[in-house]
Amino acid sequence: MTISREDIEKVAVLARIRLDEEQIPALEKDLGNILSLVDQLTAADTDNVEPLAHPLDAVQRLRPDEVTESNQREAFQAIAPATENGLYLVPRVIE
Amino acid sequence: MQWDIVIGLEIHVQLATKTKIFSGSSTAFGAEPNTQASAVDLAMPGTLPVPNEQAFRYAVMFGLAVNAEIGRRSVFDRKNYFYPDLPKGYQTTQLDHPIVGPGFVDIDLADGRSKRVRIHHAHLEEDAGKSLHEDFHGMTGIDLNRAGTPLIEIVTEPDMNSAEEAVAFAKKLHSLVSSIGICDGDMSQGSLRFDVNISLKPKGSDELGTRTETKNLNSFRFMEQAIAHEVERQMDILEDGGRIIQETRLYNGDRDESRSMRSKEEANDYRYFPCPDLLPVEIDDAFIESARVLLPELPDDRKARFKEQFGLNDYDAGLLSADARLAGFFEETASHGKDPKLAANWVLGEFSARLNAEDKTVTQAPITGTQLGQLVTRIADNTVSSSGAKKVFEALWNGEGDNADAIIESQGLKQVSDTGALEQMVDEVLANMPDQVAQYQQETDPKKQKKMLGGFMGPLMKASRGQGNPKLFNEILLKKLKG
Repeated sequence: MTISREDIEKVAVLARIRLDEEQIPALEKDLGNILSLVDQLTAADTDNVEPLAHPLDAVQRLRPDEVTESNQREAFQAIAPATENGLYLVPRVIE
Repeated sequence: MQWDIVIGLEIHVQLATKTKIFSGSSTAFGAEPNTQASAVDLAMPGTLPVPNEQAFRYAVMFGLAVNAEIGRRSVFDRKNYFYPDLPKGYQTTQLDHPIVGPGFVDIDLADGRSKRVRIHHAHLEEDAGKSLHEDFHGMTGIDLNRAGTPLIEIVTEPDMNSAEEAVAFAKKLHSLVSSIGICDGDMSQGSLRFDVNISLKPKGSDELGTRTETKNLNSFRFMEQAIAHEVERQMDILEDGGRIIQETRLYNGDRDESRSMRSKEEANDYRYFPCPDLLPVEIDDAFIESARVLLPELPDDRKARFKEQFGLNDYDAGLLSADARLAGFFEETASHGKDPKLAANWVLGEFSARLNAEDKTVTQAPITGTQLGQLVTRIADNTVSSSGAKKVFEALWNGEGDNADAIIESQGLKQVSDTGALEQMVDEVLANMPDQVAQYQQETDPKKQKKMLGGFMGPLMKASRGQGNPKLFNEILLKKLKG
């Protein structure tokens, strides 16, 4: 299985990872290898196997609807790069 | 060319839980920014989500209310995209195994038709935070209090064919989720948000056209306008030989215009996969039954009961049953008033008009159903005329008295129904209007006669200082004029 340069560039955009031109050939090889591994898995006969949502054979525990968290804004915002009036500030996003 | 309009809706409903879907943070509205955003909500490394049982119960209640299958085993997936108000970089949602499966809602239309709108499914997911684009030195402010608020996203089949049908469905859904208490129904705070998928196809064609999605409509009026706007836009393009691009559009209600937000063809690749942090949730019969017992009477059932119990027509019963609080007020009025139909008229008429005029909800009304019911009784037994009743209503509303009887007494609004006294007044008035009496008696057209009769009522009401019973006046007049 091969992966195209366009696919790699698209995945990089989706993952918000900046790629240098010279990194792409190595990634083509590495990601191609991973996809080959997936091809091998795909070859296994799974006709009578139900898809697995989680590797653990267990069921999710649910939590009662009670407030257990308190306001820790100060602690959280101490490590934020920029805050103002209680808001986290991020580079301007406009859609 | 003639076109068929095809509309499907996606509705985000904020669930009225006390805490978030995956953390014990409060969901109370109006808190200071980021004071209700815990480590889980902020996606701090090492945190794990634990689902809120009540969110599942509410989702199951919704499923039962729309006649849907309940997903016995529901699975959470990650929908990956980057946006600053989504700290994890993915939204935890449900893709293939939603909590609510196929169901339906029946809507009533203005022309008396009823139509079934199928629900494709409804799934549980988390809301995102809020981005504030006011200027923070060229930066954007992020408030994550809303991040992780539980939502159900309800997806309909494309079963609606006009703005009227889409709005009727939206109102019905609003009524349903508020009535069963799983959502506060406050659209101005974004508790319900509608996305509208619209496409056109040549009339009668089986093949669906390319659709666009208009996002985040939070009022019924904007929804109606946005649909009209988008239908016209697509029609113009298609009739000019153009092609519709599948895209998301934003509608600006204040300007009645829309713009493309992003093209779904290229930008959206969400790379869904099952969330490894959460195990499948199993819903058993006991859980479903525990949700079922919490369901109050549904609006459709209430409507049928109002027709049966109070003899209301379909239209009035529909209006009164849609909102649980209005329905409760009406029932209180009807139980204290002798005449349920008259009670319905007053609740839907004077009372509702006053609420609208003062922008109040039923619970904020300064009068109770009991007070209105007592007034209705006095109208029904002819103690007070309808114009007198309006004065009593006004006084009750303004707190100028506790009950109808006291106000009727103190303001002298008691209708005179003593036939002897009324007859005397009629005699006096007629004696002063000999020409009109002669004219009336010469008239052969009953319609014109009826009209002329009104000419006597004014002076009679004046003579009785507005307290004469109009019905009795009418009877006496007819008798006397016949001669």
